[in-house]
Amino acid sequence: MLGFLIILMLLLATLALPAVSANKPPQKGEPLPSFNLPIPKNPAEKAYLGLSGEGFFKISQIKAKVVIVEIYSMYCPFCQKDAPGINELYNLIEKNSGLKNKIKIIGIGAGNTPFEVETFKKTYQVPFPLFPDKDFTIHKACGEVRTPYFIVVKINDDGSHRIVHAQLGDYPGPEPFLDLVLKASDLK
Amino acid sequence: MQIKKCIHWIGLVGLLSVLPFCQTAFATSDAFKENIYKGETIKPVDSKLMVKVGSQAPDFTLPSVSGGKKALSQYRGKKNVVLSFVPAAWTPVCSDQWPGYNIIKDIFEKNDAILFGITVDNIPTLFAWTNQMGKLWFPVLSDFWPHGGVAKKYGVLRSDGVTERALFIIDKKGIIRYIDVHDINKRPPLENLVGALEKFNR
Repeated sequence: MLGFLIILMLLLATLALPAVSANKPPQKGEPLPSFNLPIPKNPAEKAYLGLSGEGFFKISQIKAKVVIVEIYSMYCPFCQKDAPGINELYNLIEKNSGLKNKIKIIGIGAGNTPFEVETFKKTYQVPFPLFPDKDFTIHKACGEVRTPYFIVVKINDDGSHRIVHAQLGDYPGPEPFLDLVLKASDLK
Repeated sequence: MQIKKCIHWIGLVGLLSVLPFCQTAFATSDAFKENIYKGETIKPVDSKLMVKVGSQAPDFTLPSVSGGKKALSQYRGKKNVVLSFVPAAWTPVCSDQWPGYNIIKDIFEKNDAILFGITVDNIPTLFAWTNQMGKLWFPVLSDFWPHGGVAKKYGVLRSDGVTERALFIIDKKGIIRYIDVHDINKRPPLENLVGALEKFNR
């Protein structure tokens, strides 16, 4: 009995490990690490992501063809510097009727509390949804990437998804980045 | 007896299974590239406070990275002063703290407060390190020599010569109104500091 329980616990522990902690950043061609985000309370943000109800969602459930995920931190100088340029990317997409409903952007604040996420949102007037990752849970699932880290996810009609582009920092500005996203996801 | 032993084992195995998650958590900004030293999780607090809330803040004068010297007393009657001691330059959590304060100048101003960032590093090290953070609006002071002299007065100098990750709010009368000697391995949540500033400033 005792031996069985120990083996069971060890087995569970090893099974749990890869799901919560990755040793490398998400790469092109892979699916996203498995994690849930809270459905935004704000109706505009909820509508932007095409979600309904309450509780949690997975990125692949966002109503879009492509989701750009930025892992950032309020405390990261490059994320601060890039913030206006990412807002501009959002505006480029929203102003384009052909892209508006196809590409969505979200940010995940690595190690940031809800207050810290709100502070960043307010400081830079960020128009897209930002999610706190207070305990670094998502950040760990993403191989503890340095920030900002950009992940472009393509969602297929059958609900499956894969990463079509991932990059650490080096944000080239709104137009070149949008171009890159369109090419990587075959939207162009 | 058998059941008790079993419970012990389950506890131990349970503990072992969570151990890999007990490392220090931080998200390093790409601004620092590969230059951030990755240390181990260390003893959360390793010093004994020499001041308390309600007591007079020990005065000090320290050299600033941007040149000249700053004295605490020069703000007496003019501004509330927040002291942010961080353990050392080029370490993960510290590199991840002041850049956040750098975007909330408005919150400090609203509360009639200024901020001093203090470490025990010397000026050239602080210069190179803080340069990666962009332009900082607040003075960064060096408590390098006599080593950690100011930190010692406040009781936040650790036994290995670095300081605690500590925040002090000192009001315009020079009285300490808030102290957070934080777990050195973790960044203090911003809401604690902002909440404290707003509370005593109301």
